[in-house]
Amino acid sequence: MTSQDPNLILEISDLHACVEDQPILKGVNLKIYAGEIHAIMGRNGSGKSTLSKVVAGHPAYIVTSGSIKFQNQDLLEIEPEERARLGVFLGFQYPIEIPGVSNMEFLRVATNSRRLKRGEEELDTFEFEDLVKERLKVVQMDPTFLNRSVNEGFSGGEKKRNEILQMALLEPTMAILDETDSGLDIDALRIVASGVKQLSKPNTATLLITHYQRLLNEITPNYVHVMSGGKIVRTGGKELAIELEKDGYDWLDNDKNIKEVK
Amino acid sequence: MALCRQWLDALPVPQGVLKNVQEEGRETLLTMGLPTKDLEAWRLTDLNRFRKLLELPTFKKTSESRKYNSDTWAHPPREGIRIVLEPENNNGVSINLPNGIRRLTSSELKEHLNKSFNHQISNKDDITLAINRAATKEVLALKVEGNNLPPIELIMPAHTHTLNPTRVIILMEEKAQLELLQIVLGTDCSAHSHLIELHLKKHSKVNHGFIALGSGEACCLANLSIQQESYSDYSLTSIQHGWSLSRLEPQIVQLNGKGNTTLKGLQVSRKNQQLSTHSIVDFEGPEGSLNQLQKVAAIENSHSIFNGAIKVPQIAQRTNASQLSRNLLLSNLARIDTKPELEIVADDVRCTHGATVSQLQEDELFYLRSRGINAKQASGLLLKGYCQEIIEALPNDANRWDLINKLVHSSD
Repeated sequence: MTSQDPNLILEISDLHACVEDQPILKGVNLKIYAGEIHAIMGRNGSGKSTLSKVVAGHPAYIVTSGSIKFQNQDLLEIEPEERARLGVFLGFQYPIEIPGVSNMEFLRVATNSRRLKRGEEELDTFEFEDLVKERLKVVQMDPTFLNRSVNEGFSGGEKKRNEILQMALLEPTMAILDETDSGLDIDALRIVASGVKQLSKPNTATLLITHYQRLLNEITPNYVHVMSGGKIVRTGGKELAIELEKDGYDWLDNDKNIKEVK
Repeated sequence: MALCRQWLDALPVPQGVLKNVQEEGRETLLTMGLPTKDLEAWRLTDLNRFRKLLELPTFKKTSESRKYNSDTWAHPPREGIRIVLEPENNNGVSINLPNGIRRLTSSELKEHLNKSFNHQISNKDDITLAINRAATKEVLALKVEGNNLPPIELIMPAHTHTLNPTRVIILMEEKAQLELLQIVLGTDCSAHSHLIELHLKKHSKVNHGFIALGSGEACCLANLSIQQESYSDYSLTSIQHGWSLSRLEPQIVQLNGKGNTTLKGLQVSRKNQQLSTHSIVDFEGPEGSLNQLQKVAAIENSHSIFNGAIKVPQIAQRTNASQLSRNLLLSNLARIDTKPELEIVADDVRCTHGATVSQLQEDELFYLRSRGINAKQASGLLLKGYCQEIIEALPNDANRWDLINKLVHSSD
C-alpha cells in the first residue's frame, strides 16, 4: 500500500526525538489503519509515553528526524491544538488538575473547537449540556463531576473516566491512550474499556499504551508491539501480550535477533 | 513640598463635623510632606503618578459633576441596598436603611472620631490616611445592630479630572452581622482617596468585598482601617484591576486578640499599571487568628506589589497566623515585588508565611491545547482558574459585576 491509502490513519517513519537533549525515540516505525486497535507494551523508560506525547505535539519533546503523518498530513508542522481539532486525541497517563476551571466549560470549549474544524456549528451552553449528559453514559460518570474543576480532587479512576469522556465528546479519528488502565480497579477498568470499545469505529483507530495484559483482555488489539530503547522491536498479535505477561521482558536483554519492525 | 502646599492651599477651609480631622490631616501632611523613595512603604510606588493624582482638583459639586456614567454598572442587588457614595451629596442620606442599620447620631460620631483619632496616632505617618483626612468633608457613618440584614453595596463612582475623597464608618454592635460589598470605579484621570473604618464588637461578623475597577489613567488610594474586638470575625476579599496606580492599605487590629481575620486579595495588572496592597495585621491580644492569601497576576509591562506585615507582640501569645503570597508572572516585561514582614515577639505562636512566583505551567497549557484549545484561550482559561479562588470568596451577589470577564479578557 502507498501512503496515499485512504485507510492509513497514522504513519510514523524512522522517528527520532529527544527531551532536554536526551534522545528517547531512536527510530520508531509504525503504521495504523482505520478500524485497527494497536497496543504498545514495554518496560518503563522504553519510550512509550514519549511516543504518545510527540504525536500529540508536546512542546518539550523535540523531533530530531523522521516523520509523523496523520491521514497523509505532516503532523510535525501542526500545532498541538490543531492536531486535536483534526482528530488526534491523547488520553493522558496523569491527567492534569486545573483548579478554578470548570470541567463543563473546559469540555465545551474543547468540543466546540473540534466541531468548528469539522464544519459543524458550535454548541451553546444548553445544547452542550444535553450532549455531555448523553456522553456521560459511556463512562457511567456522575453529572456532578461536570461542575467541579478539571480533574481537581478526582480519584485516579475518575480522572481516567474523565479522559474517556473527553474522547467521547471529541470523537477522534486517532485515539492514543497512555496507560489509561493504570490505577484502575477491576470495575473501573471494565467501564473504561467498554467506553473505548464503544467509541472505536471502522473509520477510527486506537493505540493503547499499557503495561498489563488485563486491559487487552477487555479490548482485543489487532497488533501488539514491544518497545525497547526507543524503538519498536517486536510486533505480534494478541498472543504476544499473553507471552509478555508470562515471561516478562528479560528476553530483550538476551535475544540478539530481536526484529525491528519496519 | 511645594506641590503638597499647593494642594493643601487649594482645599476649602476646614468646616463641618470633620473640621478637627481635616486640620489634623493637613498638619500631618505639612510636617511630613509627600512620600519619597526613602520611606520603605513608598520605595516601590510610582511617585510621579502619585504626584499627578495630587494635581487633580478635589471634588466640587457643580451641575456637571454629578453626571457619572452608571450605564456599565451591574444591576442593583436583588435583596440588598445600593448606596452611591459621593462627596457633597450628604452621603446617601436619602437612602432608606433597613431595621438594624441606622446612621450614627452626631454625638456618637464625635465620640468615634475622637477614639479613632487616638487610635490612628499609631498610623500618623500614613500619608494616604493623612490625604483622606485632610480632604474629606463628609462621612457616611452607620451603626449595625442586627443580623440577617440585607447586604449593602456601596459604590464610589468615577468622576473624571477630580480627586474624590470619601469616608465611611461602620460600627458593628455585639453579635451583629453584615455583608458589605464596595465597588470603586475609575475612568480616565479620575482619582479616589477612600477611608473605611469598621469597628467590630464582640461576636460580630463582617464579610467585606472590596472591588476596585479602574481604567485609563485612574488612580485609587484606599485605606481600610479595621478594629476587631474578641470573638469577632472579619473577612476581606479585595480585587484590584485596571488602575494606573492603586494602593490598597488594609490595616487590621485585633484589639484584645481572640478574633478571626481572613484576608484574600487579587491584583490583575496589565499594560503599565501599578497595583499594590500594603496590609498590616496587628495582634494586640492573645489567641487571635489570621488566614491571608494574596494573589497577583502580572501581565504585559505591569508592576504589582504586595507588602504583608504581621505584628505579634509579647502579649499576643498563641496567635495562629498564616500568610501566602502567590504570584503569576505572565510576561517577561512584568514585575512583581512581594514582601512578607513578620514582626514576632511572642514565643508561643504559630506563624507561617510563603511566597511563590511562577509562570503558567507548561503541562497545564499542553493539556488544554491537546484538546483543541488554542494557546491564547488556554492562557485565558488558566488565568480564570487562578482568579476564581479569590472571586468565589466575595459576598454572594458580587457576580453581578461580571468580574471574571473584566479580569481575564479586559484589554484595558
